[in-house]
Amino acid sequence: MNIIKNRYLYFLISLLVIVPGIIFMAIHWINNPNEGPLALSIDFRGGSLLEVQFSGTLPSINDIQTVYNQYQSTTGQALSNAIIQPLGTDSYSITSKQIDDATKGKVVAAMQSKFGGTVTVLNFTSVSASVGAEVTTAAGWAILAAAIFIILYVWWAFRSVEHPVRYGTAAIIAMFHDIFVVLGVEAMLGYFLHWEADSLFLTALLTVIGFSVHDTIVVFDRIRENANIYRRVDYETMVNHSVVQTLDRSINTQLTVMFTLFALALFGGDTTRHFVIILLVGIFSGTYSSIFNASPILVVWQNREWRTWFRRKTEAQPRIAQ
Amino acid sequence: MSRSRNIWLVVIILLIAFSLWVDLSKNISIANPTNDKMLVNLDTDIRLGLDLRGGLQTLLQADVPNCGTVDPNELNVTRQILESRANALGVSEVTMQVAGNCRIVAQFPGINNPEQVVAALQQTGLLEFVDMGNNPVPEGTIIQTDYGQTSATKPTTTGATQSAAITPALTATTQPAATNTPVASTTPSATAPTTATQTTPATIYHTVITGAALDTVTVQTSSLGEYEIAFTLKSSGSQAFSDYTSSHVGQYLAIVLDKKAISVPRVNTAITSGQGVIQGSFTADSANALAVQLRYGSLPVPVKVVESQTVGPTLGAESVRKSLLAGAIGLSVVILFMGLYYRLPGIIADLALVTYALISLMLFKVIPVTLTLPGIAGFILSIGMAVDANVLIFERLKEELRSGRTLRQAIDLGWRRAWPSIRDSNSSTLITCLILYIFGNTFGASVVKGFSINLALGVVISLFTAIIVTRTYLHLVLDNLKLDEHPNWFGL
Repeated sequence: MNIIKNRYLYFLISLLVIVPGIIFMAIHWINNPNEGPLALSIDFRGGSLLEVQFSGTLPSINDIQTVYNQYQSTTGQALSNAIIQPLGTDSYSITSKQIDDATKGKVVAAMQSKFGGTVTVLNFTSVSASVGAEVTTAAGWAILAAAIFIILYVWWAFRSVEHPVRYGTAAIIAMFHDIFVVLGVEAMLGYFLHWEADSLFLTALLTVIGFSVHDTIVVFDRIRENANIYRRVDYETMVNHSVVQTLDRSINTQLTVMFTLFALALFGGDTTRHFVIILLVGIFSGTYSSIFNASPILVVWQNREWRTWFRRKTEAQPRIAQ
Repeated sequence: MSRSRNIWLVVIILLIAFSLWVDLSKNISIANPTNDKMLVNLDTDIRLGLDLRGGLQTLLQADVPNCGTVDPNELNVTRQILESRANALGVSEVTMQVAGNCRIVAQFPGINNPEQVVAALQQTGLLEFVDMGNNPVPEGTIIQTDYGQTSATKPTTTGATQSAAITPALTATTQPAATNTPVASTTPSATAPTTATQTTPATIYHTVITGAALDTVTVQTSSLGEYEIAFTLKSSGSQAFSDYTSSHVGQYLAIVLDKKAISVPRVNTAITSGQGVIQGSFTADSANALAVQLRYGSLPVPVKVVESQTVGPTLGAESVRKSLLAGAIGLSVVILFMGLYYRLPGIIADLALVTYALISLMLFKVIPVTLTLPGIAGFILSIGMAVDANVLIFERLKEELRSGRTLRQAIDLGWRRAWPSIRDSNSSTLITCLILYIFGNTFGASVVKGFSINLALGVVISLFTAIIVTRTYLHLVLDNLKLDEHPNWFGL
């Protein structure tokens, strides 16, 4: 099996996912200049989410908007265009500008007197815009910090091989590949299904980063070991051999994590479904990138293929440096 | 079987026995045989987060233009005051934690009146100087005063049912607490409560002045070297105070914060100049603490609610049920897969996985870790990672067997060679967990924090089970069965 040989095909497959993702992010950014590349939930942009259950007759979306129209947000703005979505058969999810707990109490009381029956609050979240903006910035820093610490760790862990910094860099490129795949898929889901990135999405993204590097390191570890055993074999063959040797393990680990995630996606309920689907996408991408991107990048670097416009070497040559 | 393996076997058996004991019980108590005291009394009921059991979580932020200017000590005093205020509302199991420079995360499990609780938290604390007559109440007593009350107040048993205190505490917020018109000025000293009213629990005490009348408060040492608190009054309050103290020398004047008596000094002399001293057996700390409470009314740092989340109990219960179901299904599929693919080692890894689950649950209960929905997701994900270490080892094991080594050699080599990749890959996951934890802690994002703790705990336990437990089990089987004759048991 020769995986490294077809490396540019695999790079192309990655681009076929990443480029449309970037396009969807750009579309969202152009349409919503304030929000950036992803549709953000109230966790990041501020606002209120109220989920209510009606025991009596279920009011229409317009009825609920009428109730909201009577009140104001914490900053004194009208709550005119709340996003009201049905939730199951007897509940609604209402996203609006930020309202405080007192206003929420009044809204629920007004609903109760207007529509009758008992109005039960299933979930109420209220985030001020300034906190939301701060969390978004901090999330960016958290990802950057994770990347830097991991590149340093990989560099240190591979200090005994030649060019340790290449391993760290390749692991980070694979990591950003996974970040872009996840962001792109989220942008597409946001475009077609109106999904919004919330704090759970951020958690999923950071998990994917951890897993991505986890996976890449396992493959690199085999390269590290084989580099000492097969000193006479040329680099490309040795890397390919290492990838093939770890293939069983990569696929099996991938499968076991996928099993648990599929179980969560199918039976875990609505609250975590978005989170789990993003994890599924990211972990699949993480395994893909560690096999088909990270290791081939090492070979591209070793052969300095950018000097020949990324053309593969036609025949195997002895290792350049020893 | 080597000596160290025997030791490990004993350790593992003891660990499993202890885990089972903790996992199956809700409370662990061991009585000391020599006396009637308890040696250990540990609540081992599983702790569910607010998203699973329902309740209110709020993020309070210092209401100042620049977060960097908030003094950490003052923020901590604010947290303590808010906590006692919440406890006075009768809400149980309140937790409040300082998050970052200027935020406090407050959690109220299982409450059904979030609006009232939030209102009570945000109120500017009400400090009153209350006339006790000759019969002082002990410090810490919750009392009723006539400040801001109409005469039609229903008699309530003081302190007996704390939840009953919610109503008066809340009505106070609707009053202009910062009013400069002291109620006392309109009330002549003749209306001071008589000793007769002291015997009934429904006593409504008379407020002489409120904290709004205080000008400066300082801690000083007297000529005898004792700590005392000196205060001056604004002109608006000094007349009422002068009238009261002149006619009540020898009686008690309680300092009451949010209807709770925090200090009950006796009036020694009439204070007519608007300057007074509170004496008592103060330490430097207790004098400072009282001074802070006097100075700030209540909160050294004003706070506002910037984030609030209420989860109804039904949604939470539903989530618990679904997550448990998903976890059970996921675990079964993984166990089945490992057994079918890796045969004997797979079944042993499955046993190690069950051991892993038992130990994890025990640690969640003992530490204790509050389980949230993302926390459970993190735990389920860590099951996948726990298997990964075994997959790495078994793939190695198979390779070594294929290259013609004996079973025992292959097992030892498999573990030794798989170790660097297990170590490095798990280290990177732990680094990610640490950054997630710092992020979650700084911003009061308990969702992210819970996830990172569970994942990190899972990684550490899985290292133990994969490296030590699986290996011990495998050698145990090896010693008792002639496996060398059955390579197909290893999936070869």
